[in-house]
Amino acid sequence: MTNPAALPADWRDILALTKPRVMSLVVFSGLCGLLAAPELPPFALGFTAILCIALGAGACGALNQWYEADIDAKMRRTANRPLPAGRMDRQSALHFGVGLAFFSVLLMGLATNWLAATLLAASILFYVLIYTVWLKPRTAQNIVIGGAAGAFPPLIGWVAATGHVAALPLLLFAIIFLWTPPHFWALSLFVRSDYAAAGIPMLPVVAGIQHTRRQIVLYSAPMAAAAVAPWPLGLAGAIYGVSAAILSFVFLVLAARVAGNGATEPAQMEPEKHLFAYSVFYLFALLTVLVADRWLPW
Amino acid sequence: MVSEEDEMIRKRQRERARIMALLLAAFVVLLFFITIAKTGINW
Repeated sequence: MTNPAALPADWRDILALTKPRVMSLVVFSGLCGLLAAPELPPFALGFTAILCIALGAGACGALNQWYEADIDAKMRRTANRPLPAGRMDRQSALHFGVGLAFFSVLLMGLATNWLAATLLAASILFYVLIYTVWLKPRTAQNIVIGGAAGAFPPLIGWVAATGHVAALPLLLFAIIFLWTPPHFWALSLFVRSDYAAAGIPMLPVVAGIQHTRRQIVLYSAPMAAAAVAPWPLGLAGAIYGVSAAILSFVFLVLAARVAGNGATEPAQMEPEKHLFAYSVFYLFALLTVLVADRWLPW
Repeated sequence: MVSEEDEMIRKRQRERARIMALLLAAFVVLLFFITIAKTGINW
């Protein structure tokens, strides 16, 4: 009988280490940050910047799975990943993740500018060391502070294009930072038992379901304000402003439905599932409208 | 006599070598275009 861990890893498992689905949102937000910039780099450099953001996100995914292989094995959602399923050895995942991280940062620096490369390195270090290693297993605020790691890509995209930081990419950072807690808490409400079994102190596990529902509303309100802010501040046009207001209003309504739901069983958590699904659409739509507002001749 | 395990290892190695070759070729092409863009040469 062949031991799968003794074999060279299958390329599909190496790809799965990079969490391609998470990467797609990271790439999209980085691309929108780059396209929202006042000046665009040559195509090859813009493409390389986005590629580096994708590779950096892939490195984060690989290092996260390397560190959390034991925890992943305890959760149904993650038990079939290459490491907990025994299809790959941990050291290969570590080498792959570290190699990919160095490669993405170096290529970013050489192709675009070193400020973008520094921000990319900071986001990788923040995600791996601050979020994965330090916060996630220790505090229920893991998602709140750790959300900063996912908020970097539009800022990196903008800086790769312009070479400097400005108000709009900082607002984009704030929007994603404030969007992360409601997004993850909606998910963690209906997979609470998984997190509890793995011993991860997510908010619903530590502080309870109703407290988490109130916190979702508490974070959704400033997120909606940050999302609309580029319009009154003159950083985006009316098309963006009105669209952001409508999208955020729907977000707030769905968050209010979550707050009003008293269910404790995942099967009865339809409002939570709706908010989680909508939150993904919300971010895609908001960033798309921002870029469309910047480039289309309205 | 090649065992089933050896055959599986060879197959995986061949697949990975092929993908690595493609990635390296793509990287060379990317470096070419980065160089063209950085030097500001117009076609």
